[in-house]
Amino acid sequence: MGAIKSLEDLQRLRAEALEKRQAKSTAGRVRVTVFMGTCGIAAGARDAMRTILEVIEAEKLEGILVRQTGCIGQCAWEPLVEVAIADGPPVRYGRVTPERAQRIMHEHVAGGAPVAEYAIPTQGQGSDR
Amino acid sequence: MKEIALHILDVVENSLAAGATAIEIAVDDDAIGNRLRVSVQDDGRGMDAGKLAGMGDPFVTSRTTRVAGFGISFLKAAAEACNGRLEVHSAPGQGTVLTAEFQRDHIDRMPLGDLAGTLLSLVVASAEIHWRFEYRADGRTFTFDTDPVRKALGDVPLSEPAVLTFIRETLQEGIRDVQAVPA
Repeated sequence: MGAIKSLEDLQRLRAEALEKRQAKSTAGRVRVTVFMGTCGIAAGARDAMRTILEVIEAEKLEGILVRQTGCIGQCAWEPLVEVAIADGPPVRYGRVTPERAQRIMHEHVAGGAPVAEYAIPTQGQGSDR
Repeated sequence: MKEIALHILDVVENSLAAGATAIEIAVDDDAIGNRLRVSVQDDGRGMDAGKLAGMGDPFVTSRTTRVAGFGISFLKAAAEACNGRLEVHSAPGQGTVLTAEFQRDHIDRMPLGDLAGTLLSLVVASAEIHWRFEYRADGRTFTFDTDPVRKALGDVPLSEPAVLTFIRETLQEGIRDVQAVPA
């Protein structure tokens, strides 16, 4: 459907989404989580979030669930972004600049292939990069 | 933090952590009174007098994983450096209201920054919250309420591309209209 300008348009979009869902299973659902503690925000988490949302808009990526959460103690790696596809284990990315966020969105979220060079251990502090 | 909008994103995290279901953010840019006021009101679990007394001290935090919490102390320091103040009213079960006030033309007053970016991030990534936003400047007001959007969409996520465009444009245009200098 075309551009959304009103609440009525949103209702129409909802009806279309319901139809689509019957045809397509939700197994491929992708979750993108941005860590928005004080450390994350100070390090640029909102820029990472902005890039993530921009790519979703520009590439018309459907079925992506974007979430935010707080600090998890890996502050030295901020901004942190986590990507999980369906029920698979999440991949956590560190030092997510807008450039890195763009690559993660294109290769992992849209393409299904994790970006190994930006991935960090999900436990412990890892080594400095 | 280089923008007031980033401080807003940061302190709202406390409302989310307090289990809020409804959060109202108000920004009042009062050029005549020379004050810039930001408030965040939530219906979270609230705080008792003891916790309130420690508020703004970076070494008092509600979390159990570490001993320091910097979010509110940063905002308090920023407001006080601009001839302003930070006030927090709260009681257990009553939610919390946080207000930060700055002298608007103070040389150290940081810019408001990307308010639309902050709000878009909050609204989309914490979509289960009923968000209300009010921005006032020079007699103009922009309000945004996620409730009608949520009702129209049902369980369609706000991160769907077409919905995202609608929310982003609504926020950007509304904020721009309030900031517009009349000809």
